[in-house]
Amino acid sequence: MTQLITDEIRTWIGRAEQPIRFEVSRRDIVKYSLATEQCDEKYLRGDEAPPMFLFGADRPPTAIQDLGPDGLRQDPLLPDLPLKRVMAGGVKQRHFHPIRPGDVLLIARSITDIYEKHGSSGALIFVVYNISVTTEDGVLVMQQTQSRIVR
Amino acid sequence: MSKLKTLQIGDKLPEREHYATNVSLFLYNAAIWNPHRIHYDERYTTEVEQHPGVIIDGPLQGDWLTQVVINWLGDDGQLVEFEYSNRRASMLGETLTAGGTVTTIDGNSVTLDIFIRNEAGDITSPGSAIVQMNS
Repeated sequence: MTQLITDEIRTWIGRAEQPIRFEVSRRDIVKYSLATEQCDEKYLRGDEAPPMFLFGADRPPTAIQDLGPDGLRQDPLLPDLPLKRVMAGGVKQRHFHPIRPGDVLLIARSITDIYEKHGSSGALIFVVYNISVTTEDGVLVMQQTQSRIVR
Repeated sequence: MSKLKTLQIGDKLPEREHYATNVSLFLYNAAIWNPHRIHYDERYTTEVEQHPGVIIDGPLQGDWLTQVVINWLGDDGQLVEFEYSNRRASMLGETLTAGGTVTTIDGNSVTLDIFIRNEAGDITSPGSAIVQMNS
């Protein structure tokens, strides 16, 4: 069986990005809550963000001309892999404080693991990220482990 | 009376069906600024990425998993931690059901198995959650 993950790819484990500054707005919470068909009024009013509100906030919005043929931007925290088609894998997330309008958060992302699996549907590469969300004062708000599947 | 006082291992959470549409997927992906074409461009999705159809975002299903817990909890506690794994892709047109079961009760800390199930009855996204319940 061919090994997909090279030593060079393994050097990406441990790499991190500069934290992204994210200002939480009530309007963004409301849009997210409506799109996900929340039932709780505190989310629909935008008083508090639903748990998955920050999904994707670790990646900055990108100019249209910088998007690839799949619609995605070239992720500076994704090594050049022998497989190219990316899908969301899983999430593990712990909350320490609610997220509310007006909060200013720092979202930091790093790669914690890269591994491959070979199954009946072919080879898959898993890239695992740690995403840490803090206030500007360093108070931990949320901790997330997120995997991306490349096939 | 608080929900915790009557809670038992094996209790089922009320299930909720979700039926994503082109419009709901568009709104979700706009809300999280996700331009990946597999969520709105059927021809690209089937011909280039070779999926059977437009893909329902895994994180959207993750959100539905959190909702099945939060809506059951109401004002009786807080969702503290959850995890899920998207084991199988689901396509636009599928009705997906979110549900869960109480697995452990340790004081005010309650653990749940949660799931997304497709129309064939297969669990496509299993997961778990920890909630802290009010006394």
